Amino acid sequence: MATKKIGDVILAVHNISLSFGGVKALTDISFDVREHEIRSIIGPNGAGKSSMLNCINGVYTPQQGSITFRGKEFKHMDSHQVATMGIGRTFQNLALFKGMSVLDNIMSGRNLKIKSNLLMQALRIGPAQREEFQHREAVERIIDFLEIQAYRKTPVGQLPYGLQKRVDLGRALAMEPQVLLLDEPMAGMNVEEKQDMCRFVLDVNDEFGTTVVLIEHDMGVVMDISDRVVVLDYGKKIGDGTPDEVRNNEEVISAYLGTSH
Amino acid sequence: MQTTFPQLLLQHASSRPTAAAMREKEYGIWQSLSWADMATMVQHLAAGLHQAGLCRGEHMVVVGANRPRLYATMLAVQALGAIPIPLYQDAAALECIFPINNADVRFAFAEDQEQVDKLLEIREQCPQLAHLFFDDPRGMRNYDEPGLASVDELLASGKAFSVMHPDFLSTEAAKAKPDDVAAMFFTSGTTGNPKGVVHTHNSLLNRAKAGADFDKLTGADEVLAYLPPAWIGQNIFSYAQWLVSGYVVNCPESAATVTIDLKEIGPTYYFAPPRVFEGLLTSVMIRMEDAGTLKRGMFHYFMDVAKRVGPALMDGKDVGLMDRMLYSLGNGLVYGPLRNNLGFSRVRVAYTAGEAIGPDLFTFYRSIGINLKQLYGSTETAVFVCLQPDHEARADTVGVPCVGVEIKVADNGEILVKSPGLLKEYFKNPEATAEVLSADGWYHTSDAGFIDAHGHLKIIDRVKDVGRIKGGANDGAMFAPKYVENKLKFFSHIKEVVAYGDGREKVCVMINIDFDAVGNWAERRNLPYAGYTDLAQKSEVYQLIKECVEKVNADLSADTMLAGSQVSRFLVLHKELDADDGELTRTNKVRRGFIAEKYDVLIDALYGGKTSQFIETVVKFEDGRTGRVSATLRLDDARTFTPVKASDQLRTGLARAA
Repeated sequence: MATKKIGDVILAVHNISLSFGGVKALTDISFDVREHEIRSIIGPNGAGKSSMLNCINGVYTPQQGSITFRGKEFKHMDSHQVATMGIGRTFQNLALFKGMSVLDNIMSGRNLKIKSNLLMQALRIGPAQREEFQHREAVERIIDFLEIQAYRKTPVGQLPYGLQKRVDLGRALAMEPQVLLLDEPMAGMNVEEKQDMCRFVLDVNDEFGTTVVLIEHDMGVVMDISDRVVVLDYGKKIGDGTPDEVRNNEEVISAYLGTSH
Repeated sequence: MQTTFPQLLLQHASSRPTAAAMREKEYGIWQSLSWADMATMVQHLAAGLHQAGLCRGEHMVVVGANRPRLYATMLAVQALGAIPIPLYQDAAALECIFPINNADVRFAFAEDQEQVDKLLEIREQCPQLAHLFFDDPRGMRNYDEPGLASVDELLASGKAFSVMHPDFLSTEAAKAKPDDVAAMFFTSGTTGNPKGVVHTHNSLLNRAKAGADFDKLTGADEVLAYLPPAWIGQNIFSYAQWLVSGYVVNCPESAATVTIDLKEIGPTYYFAPPRVFEGLLTSVMIRMEDAGTLKRGMFHYFMDVAKRVGPALMDGKDVGLMDRMLYSLGNGLVYGPLRNNLGFSRVRVAYTAGEAIGPDLFTFYRSIGINLKQLYGSTETAVFVCLQPDHEARADTVGVPCVGVEIKVADNGEILVKSPGLLKEYFKNPEATAEVLSADGWYHTSDAGFIDAHGHLKIIDRVKDVGRIKGGANDGAMFAPKYVENKLKFFSHIKEVVAYGDGREKVCVMINIDFDAVGNWAERRNLPYAGYTDLAQKSEVYQLIKECVEKVNADLSADTMLAGSQVSRFLVLHKELDADDGELTRTNKVRRGFIAEKYDVLIDALYGGKTSQFIETVVKFEDGRTGRVSATLRLDDARTFTPVKASDQLRTGLARAA
């Protein structure tokens, strides 16, 4: 099989430190993400993985450090701006509209791309309707891609957890992101659901060329699908490299398995 | 019908080019393909395959779900005088090796990555398999195996070729003769390798036309293609009859959306095996039990009306004015919405076949106004042997021989068929062909049955299982174990039955209760029980089962051929028959011989006239551990009935009519 082409650095974090009062969530973290790669962030519970993602997409503002996206440096990211720049994300604890259908949930991901205003949309004026058709088509392609055609009209709250996660991914894909941040997309899934989700992540990366930053607990999954891995422990970076390098890193082994002193 | 598949396509494309031929739901919308579009696609595919080197007379495998491109590929292959072999899309890779090597297949059409992976996996064992075309490019961008190309590329190369040769399809198609081989279907043998059933254009199209004429199918009909294309029935309903009648075949979006698509399309011609109808009924019943009191009351009231009036209306019999009015009220309030909910609003003709269908299940659908009928046939007969006419559908027969079919019953009870739809041969297997196809043209079905007083064919069992009662009052009477077992299994309280009687003086059965159904029944009667074994031995349960057995006996007594198969004694087993214990096959069929050996004390007790018997059995749990179950079983007698003679039957029938 042909190997995929990994590009230049698209996103980098430099010396990020974040603390909540006296609690240091992140200390002096730096790493970069290259275009088209699958970059994983791993670490034990409370290592600061989600905090790291939240800094990147502007939910938290780090006290120190900066973030570079496509060559532009930011002291802090603004979440709306992050989305328009092309960084999408999914959530560890699903944040879907439970009463709305799968279709409408994914459609909501197109929000940023819709040009016509509320009034035009409400009155279904020509251009607004045409625009809706275009977006509907984009959404239908995502539904087809994620193989959830059978649930198009089902309220999300009625779906099993694994499918809800897929809808969450669908909504993130709807904004056609260049970088996709996935916060534990496989948590709480059974083996079969995990395999499906792995395939979707790989396909997104492969077919759309989307760069993926992935937080995941399942080591098997991480080592299988990642190009490079960052390891955090107690808010500090203890490892960075290819899955093989990380697997043989002494510090990483002791963080995961514990050491005898 | 002296024509070929590609000829029929060309006829439709020239006489009604803009009419819809197929629809496929994609991206949430039903996308139509006209007959002209279809012909163009087939021309391009045929030209592409011709350039890739597909020769006249060679075989090409097609494997995938129902998609316009799959059917177009089959047409293109046939147009080139090659022979398509549809394979089951859920077959394991290893199962594909035999057909591919048997027919020396070099070309294959695979729907998607899953099917491609399967074929690549067996490439070592099938080195001649040189050309693989895939339809759906999803996940395929990094594949660079030799000989692998997309259908899009194939179409593009065919399109370029067609610029120079615009009449390629019609010239090639004209070379095929009706008696040429058109397709090959592999049947899964229970033992040994599968056999390739060879059919000609004429055998398939002749039967397709016979069926279409019988039910007056037209270009205005709609069909949903959802069963595997490798099954000959699907091939007839969505391919041969599609070309013969020119109706629209609709391909569902995915396997998971079939029920949704069924509602959207509302087919007019529908086929499903009994288990699909059973599943639909169960889902309706469960939802009804959850409905509000008013709705539930209305449903049950009108279902009673339907049960009484519906089948008679369906059969075109006279019904009183009051009943007629009640039924039409029910139709507005219950049956209509129900049919709509099931996606059956427009169904004009629905068929079921493959296994015995319970009378209650059959009557349910007919009573709510769905014209459900049965047919009889197999891969070797190109499906249509017998069909039930519109007003004569019954649960226990499979209809009258259709046009062109001759049926005779051999001395051993086997049904022999002569029909224009018979297979040409089993591929490269003259011994197997000689076994089923006699020199004077009779096909041996290996089903035992007879033609009843109304001219309907009735299937009772496999020939090899049919036995004879020996000694006693019914000496020499025919004994059909499966027929008796099925009749008992149609009762919801009975899960499994094993019947014995071959070479004995009477019929005895061992019964498994359906734990859920009987448990529920017991709870509603405030009947306490400790578990399966305890429940099975309750005298109330024995009474319940006894009533079922006696109903079956009463039924059998009216049957001239099988009156001797009435059940004299029965017992309810203390444990469920289980495939893990070797009592059932993996497809849940009872292994009569094995059970007879394992429970010989019970058989002896049944025939020895005992009223109770102690038994201890070893059971195997799912994790491989074993345990013991013991119980003292009751053995009970059931009332049998003196056979009703045909003349008596006629008399009581007349008395009832008067």
